[in-house]
Amino acid sequence: MESKDYLKDISDIKDLMNKSSRFISLSGLSGILAGTYALIGAAAAYWLVNKYSYGTLILDGQIFRSVMLILALVALFSAVTGYILSAKKAKKTGAKMWDATSKRLVINFLIPLIAGGLYILIILSNGKYGQTGGLMLIFYGLALVNASKYSIGNIRYLGYTEIVLGLIATLLPGYGFWLWVLGFGVMHIIYGSIMHFKYDTK
Amino acid sequence: MSIITNINKAFDHRIRLGIMSILMVNEFADFNMLKELLGATDGNIASHAKALEKVEYIKVEKQFIGRKPNTRYSTTDLGRAEFKKHINALEKLINKS
Repeated sequence: MESKDYLKDISDIKDLMNKSSRFISLSGLSGILAGTYALIGAAAAYWLVNKYSYGTLILDGQIFRSVMLILALVALFSAVTGYILSAKKAKKTGAKMWDATSKRLVINFLIPLIAGGLYILIILSNGKYGQTGGLMLIFYGLALVNASKYSIGNIRYLGYTEIVLGLIATLLPGYGFWLWVLGFGVMHIIYGSIMHFKYDTK
Repeated sequence: MSIITNINKAFDHRIRLGIMSILMVNEFADFNMLKELLGATDGNIASHAKALEKVEYIKVEKQFIGRKPNTRYSTTDLGRAEFKKHINALEKLINKS
């Protein structure tokens, strides 16, 4: 009885609690790549708008549609990369990719994101687009904070950062683009690197 | 000596401790989830779950999803309280030594 290893019991308990409630196979590398896609997309949009539209964006022009397409591609590539790299990491560590924890993570991530996305589409259709960049950052940040309960804790801080940047962007609509670049590009690369070196390279 | 009294015999097994750990942080878990996480056989999980059910630390609900039978487990208030006591006792024991 006395020789029983209580320390091991405690560490088993902690391990099971984490494994059963959090999806920890999230890949840091996919964050770095998502940031890179965002920077490339932003550079392409910047070039398009300055070259063909004299630096201003008209809501129902050809250029605006191209910018929306770039945005959609950035989101798509980021999601696909995130899925592939996380599946790879899950496989390597012997975890399952699609289980109760990852389902919960995705659902809790998508609720604020979809609500925000629809809201942005609604105000865009009303012709108000000055705050789009800020709103995207705010809702994305809320989605991350909400999802962080079900994954690696670090993404909570990325969420806080995005929310603050988003609020600043809504205060200073003129800098919306640059804050978007900072939030979706630079911050993803920074937090992705932290996660990569903290969790992936073990 | 008083510390030892809080060590709960009902949790004195790896599988039972595991089942409780999982159920403490999840609203519920089904049979397969427990099996995968604990890496034990069907019979093993079933008998330890039954032992915990008997002392009323966990609740068992049997239902059908489509045609497949599905067994869901969740903790009771008593189970949560006893598990916390047990963890505290474990921690005290570790700190003593």
